[in-house]
Amino acid sequence: MHTGPKLSAEQLEENFADINPPLTPSMALEEASRCLFCYDAPCIKACPTRIDVPQFIRQIVTKNLVGSAQTILSANVLGHSCGRVCPTSVLCEGACVLNVEGKKPVEIGRLQRYSVDHVLGRGIPVLKPSGDNGRRVALIGAGPASLACAAELRQMGYATVIFDAKPAPGGLNTYGIAAYKMRAAEALREIEMIRQLGVEIRCSVNVGTDIPLAQLERGYDAIFIGVGLGGTENLGIPGEELHGCRDALSFIEDTKISSLAEVQVGRRIAVIGGGNTAIDVVTAARRLGAETVYMIYRRSREEMTAFDYEYELAVADGVSFVWQAMPVRILGDAQNRVYAIECVRTQMQAGNGSGRAFPEPIAGSEFQLEVDMVVKALGQKSLQFLRSIPGLGLEPGRVVVNAESMQTGNPRYFAGGDCVNGGAEVVDAVAHGKRAAQGIHSALEASRKGVAHA
Amino acid sequence: MPDLSIDFCGVRSPNPFWLASGPPTNTAYQIMKAFDAGWGGAVWKTIGDPIVNTASRYGSIDYKHERMIGFNNIELISDRSIETNLREIAEVKKRFPRHTVVASLMVESKRQTWHDLVRRTQDVGADLFELNFGCPHGMSERGMGAAVGQVPEYTTLITGWVKEAAKIPVIVKLTPNVTDVAHMAWAAKQGGADAVSLVNTFNSLVAVDLDTFAPRPNVGGYGSHGGYCGPAVKPIALHMVSSVAKHPKVGIPISGIGGIGNWQDAVEFMLLGSTSVQVCTAAMHYGFRIVEDMIAGLSQYLEQKGLASPMDLVGKSVDRIRDWGDLDLNYKIIARIDESKCIGCNLCYIACEDGAHQCIAAAERPAGDLRHGALAKHVPRILEDECVGCNLCALVCPVPDCIMMVDVTNGRKPMNWRTLQQARGKNPQCSVEELLSRGAGTGD
Repeated sequence: MHTGPKLSAEQLEENFADINPPLTPSMALEEASRCLFCYDAPCIKACPTRIDVPQFIRQIVTKNLVGSAQTILSANVLGHSCGRVCPTSVLCEGACVLNVEGKKPVEIGRLQRYSVDHVLGRGIPVLKPSGDNGRRVALIGAGPASLACAAELRQMGYATVIFDAKPAPGGLNTYGIAAYKMRAAEALREIEMIRQLGVEIRCSVNVGTDIPLAQLERGYDAIFIGVGLGGTENLGIPGEELHGCRDALSFIEDTKISSLAEVQVGRRIAVIGGGNTAIDVVTAARRLGAETVYMIYRRSREEMTAFDYEYELAVADGVSFVWQAMPVRILGDAQNRVYAIECVRTQMQAGNGSGRAFPEPIAGSEFQLEVDMVVKALGQKSLQFLRSIPGLGLEPGRVVVNAESMQTGNPRYFAGGDCVNGGAEVVDAVAHGKRAAQGIHSALEASRKGVAHA
Repeated sequence: MPDLSIDFCGVRSPNPFWLASGPPTNTAYQIMKAFDAGWGGAVWKTIGDPIVNTASRYGSIDYKHERMIGFNNIELISDRSIETNLREIAEVKKRFPRHTVVASLMVESKRQTWHDLVRRTQDVGADLFELNFGCPHGMSERGMGAAVGQVPEYTTLITGWVKEAAKIPVIVKLTPNVTDVAHMAWAAKQGGADAVSLVNTFNSLVAVDLDTFAPRPNVGGYGSHGGYCGPAVKPIALHMVSSVAKHPKVGIPISGIGGIGNWQDAVEFMLLGSTSVQVCTAAMHYGFRIVEDMIAGLSQYLEQKGLASPMDLVGKSVDRIRDWGDLDLNYKIIARIDESKCIGCNLCYIACEDGAHQCIAAAERPAGDLRHGALAKHVPRILEDECVGCNLCALVCPVPDCIMMVDVTNGRKPMNWRTLQQARGKNPQCSVEELLSRGAGTGD
């Protein structure tokens, strides 16, 4: 790959500075004062974890910040991350009644961050474990779903051990969030709080190889699967193997675990995809100094799955959008380095029956873009590992669970997070983890009492 | 632009907006600056034997992020010599002959001491006296201020001493820290007062520091009760002014004081019987410039109402204040929600349900977010047959004009508690509802 642009460390820090900086006490008080303290508030109903938003905001006004953090964290143990990374404009803030009056919604996310920062920054313990109840739960994958599930179980007295293949815990929360939203250190700080509840986390352990599943089944009363998804889908076009063609998640991961100056970036980049991850890549590439960043999407702007505010972010970062086009092949030079990408224009074909319309290439409309890097942001495949668990119940791309208990087809196993919903927000994974903890507790209580459990 | 000048006890003032006696009227420098800004008059910071003040002196209460909605002080009267104050009064009157300078006085309760100060002060050109019988802290421990104003006989006596020497009109400033302020106004009139001003500050302990347990304002870890004022006291002051205005035996001009910060507040005080109004806390908060909009707002209001002078406002609402027993029990209003304006906060529902009369229904809101389509609008429903017309829902509703109280009196003849009691006596066999439905005159 061509050596990409090199920005100064200061410039990089500025480019990746907190997109939503923390509120000062005075700003927080003024913003919190705007909350109407709605009854049966829509912000609560729009939060997958049902944080009592009006209550925690009122506690900011009354200067009970520990109580405020307790309100947040008792509903959402990853409240620290969620305050930074939640798509609040389509969740709590999107539901704020002030919108209906044409006013700016209360900045719930930033207020949440304000309260949680207060306790995390001072090491004030807010959640407390219960005395051990003698039962053990293993959790596979240390992402948001498992962390939430384990924290919930610890508070009910369960011994919990999380296994993760990566060297650091947190899953995508640590490795996959755009750096200007949250740095890895912030995610790890939050996990430290969960560890202090007594949740054990064993990293660099591959369940199934390092530890056989049978061993987990013998040693634990229940197992929670929070493995997320696997690698990025392939384009399935010639040239994918060239130097300079890579997947979105590993690129984002580089921005999280290396110093920003060490991240390899091209001068001219094509990013394939129209989701939030694609936005994370194009914005990161621009902020790293890439001169031209194409975002190539086979559908139109209206159909892209990225949230509006994410799209706006890419617009503000000067990204060039190539709508209704799909890659045909990637062209390499003599050293097998990417030097261009060939695309073809698409048009929408009506889906069969009720299916979504799908893009068809328009013959003869091929065109080339000169790029030195191609990043695939096409969504993730499900993990092959899941097939090794007997009776789990798999649909293409996801584990099938009982929506109430998160129990899988194999009654010893529960699951949640991206491996169940096919990829969603941190807050959705937390909601799954919480629900699964209740499901595990109910199932184990029922079996303890000798009640037959389906 | 209408002429805003007023006549107060025969003294012409350019407008009804006066600075009340307090820190903003401590010096000629301040008062001349205030007159330049547009104030019509100023009541000089109380003149008497100079005192020594503490640090700190002020405390306040905030509401959410709003600062100083209530204000408290333990500052005493002027700390400057009588000579200095009198010399400066002369200077001000020389430069601003048409502006109203009121000299606020407080000395020990000796006839000769009062006579001396009254004579010296009127000789330098003050337009009016205001006797400070109201200061609730510090001075009252020394037998002055509220110690006089809380005893009707002392009020009458000392007002009488002042009137013996005074050649200019005398206002008695009343303390609200009494059972019946109108009775104190009457006592002042008995002593010959030409006018009253009210209210002085309320006895208060404004706050306690939760970390140090020390009261605020904090003087080396200790505090003392002070005088409370600012926007939070306005309704109590309005009531007190109206009670003086309604008192059948008082009948002298009133200068209204208590939480006034803008022209609207001023108009309310005037409608309830004040001829002039006095402002202190708002000027301490924002400076003298607030008077600009007081003048512009009052002018605009008078024009809109077709009134030639602010004097036309004085006392216009006094007759609207009645005893509860005179209010029509057959006047019926109910709440109505404008669904197009409702934002679905449910505050009306929970206020009525927990805090009032259980007359609003609200279905539980379904869970959902914008990722899964539009959020359904959630409008509570008034149970019109149950609604008692209390106003609470309209008061808590954050959206202007979303909940309106609509008249559903339904043609019933008026009947108040007094006439109902009479009707009950004459018709013991009838239910209250029957008597109300027949209206006043029942059984005559």
